[in-house]
Amino acid sequence: MTTSAFLTDSTLCIGCKACEVACKEWNGISSDGFDWSGLSYDNTYSLGAQTWRHVKFVEGIPEAGKGGNHPEGSAWNFSSDVCKHCEVAGCLEACPTGALVRTEFDSVYLQPDVCNGCAYCVVSCPFGVLERDEDDGRAFKCTFCYDRQKAGLTPACAKVCPTQSIQFGELDDLRDRAQERIAELRKRGVEDVVVYDPQHTSVKGSHAIFIVRGDPKMYNLPPNPQVPTESLRAGWTSAAIAAGFVLAGTLMAFLGAGAKKL
Amino acid sequence: MSDLHRLQPKIVPQLEREQKLTLIQREALQFAPSSASAFPVASTKNGYYELPMVKEPSWSWEVPLYLFVGGAAGSAGLIGAVAHVTGDASDLVSHARKIALAGAVLSPALLISDLGRPERFLAMLRVFKPQSPMSVGVWVLMAFSAGTTVANAGEWLHNRTSYSRLAALMQNLGDIASLLFGLPLVTYTGVLIGATVIPAWNRNVALLPAHFAASGMAACVGLLELIGHKSPALQALGLGAAVVETGMGALIELNPAPEMKPLKHGPSGWLIRLGGVLSGPVPLLLRACSFFANRKQASKLRKYAAVSSVVGSAITRAAWIHAGHVSARESRPA
Repeated sequence: MTTSAFLTDSTLCIGCKACEVACKEWNGISSDGFDWSGLSYDNTYSLGAQTWRHVKFVEGIPEAGKGGNHPEGSAWNFSSDVCKHCEVAGCLEACPTGALVRTEFDSVYLQPDVCNGCAYCVVSCPFGVLERDEDDGRAFKCTFCYDRQKAGLTPACAKVCPTQSIQFGELDDLRDRAQERIAELRKRGVEDVVVYDPQHTSVKGSHAIFIVRGDPKMYNLPPNPQVPTESLRAGWTSAAIAAGFVLAGTLMAFLGAGAKKL
Repeated sequence: MSDLHRLQPKIVPQLEREQKLTLIQREALQFAPSSASAFPVASTKNGYYELPMVKEPSWSWEVPLYLFVGGAAGSAGLIGAVAHVTGDASDLVSHARKIALAGAVLSPALLISDLGRPERFLAMLRVFKPQSPMSVGVWVLMAFSAGTTVANAGEWLHNRTSYSRLAALMQNLGDIASLLFGLPLVTYTGVLIGATVIPAWNRNVALLPAHFAASGMAACVGLLELIGHKSPALQALGLGAAVVETGMGALIELNPAPEMKPLKHGPSGWLIRLGGVLSGPVPLLLRACSFFANRKQASKLRKYAAVSSVVGSAITRAAWIHAGHVSARESRPA
């Protein structure tokens, strides 16, 4: 079994959104409508039921006399976001129908023919990827082009990326390549590059890793994403104790009431 | 300069035209950003253009109503079973079982209606996943429904036929199942919403199961009292639930964590407070007063406490779901 992965390098992204278009084209998903957000050149807002790639436009706070991508200047960064296909995936744990499965490529795949639209995955994804399509009724997310991978093809977004900002390959290879890339960038004077790959958290790393400039928080990439299953122990312990108290209380109340009558 | 001045038309103030401009101004102001900066920016503090980190729950009105109905029904199953075992001779057992049955019918209906694809409800019954509170909950609800149905059927047989041994067996088995699965039914909903990424819910994952258990008990006791039951056991349970709910309110108010904000501030915070006051201090005070009142007044005070508890429980469930929406909207990368 191979672990397929994306390495999305924002230092190479030119913000052309070909990945968004290719994803919609191949997967036959509908448009995001037409809305001027006023948030830089991003009129897509976020990933969702019909949006499985989303190019983020992060503008540095403008300063007089500084602009463009000059290392010391105010930067304008583009980064194509996608489902992280977590090593430990909250959506996969939460799904009560088994519609969400782990594939032979180690990706997380939602089987649309099984999903009944309970929407529990929506509140279980620490990255806010999954969404229920209110017209269709089911939840949807990036399939990691499961159909294309089965046929030995590159995912649609990676295929069309004109600058190799989206690279597709084996996870370990891409992790190495990411480290080499940021070492090279730092040598060239781009000091603020980091690799986003939350391996130290309960998510245990993602199969879509990112190279971004600046704090990943600016790209809504959380430093400490948590799988909700982490809270199960606390929740069920409380439930068990509460159930014990309720049972004991009810027994005492009725035994006491009976005793009074006698 | 003076020529130009002469060319300009003399403006006569016209109230009607000025009012039109005021109207346009008011409409335009709706599109103005509320904060001081012209547009949100991507920052370490506010994340990507202040857009939410996690998605809002997409459940509709059925889910908060289910939390209320399921909580009351689970407690009713428990009360019916315990009252039966301890030999309560009144209609209490029968009425509690009927409330449980009504809840057992209504709950799956609400949950199925909330599904995006209701016709595929059975997909949930093809797997059991202990790591998914939703999966655990569905099976608990199914088992509870089966139990309370058997108990009610046994009672029907007992009243209408002469199969007394079969009727007794069915009532006993049904009551055992109602008790065994009623207890998780009233508590699991706390784990269901607590073990999610919604910050306000997740922060309270250890509080919610106990909170919801007390809320369900208060609602069930209230319903039975409104039917007309005056058992001192119900008074004791109502008092206990009110004490716990008062404590829960205090725990929420005193927790300074930033994730608690939607539970304490704004409309969602006031809704939580309203539900909390109606479930906690109000019935607690009314029930305490009823001990010192004469019989007629005491019965009236208990009825008021019952109404307050039932309404408080329903508001509490709706308030928690609403606060979850606010919390998701305000979520930032952390």
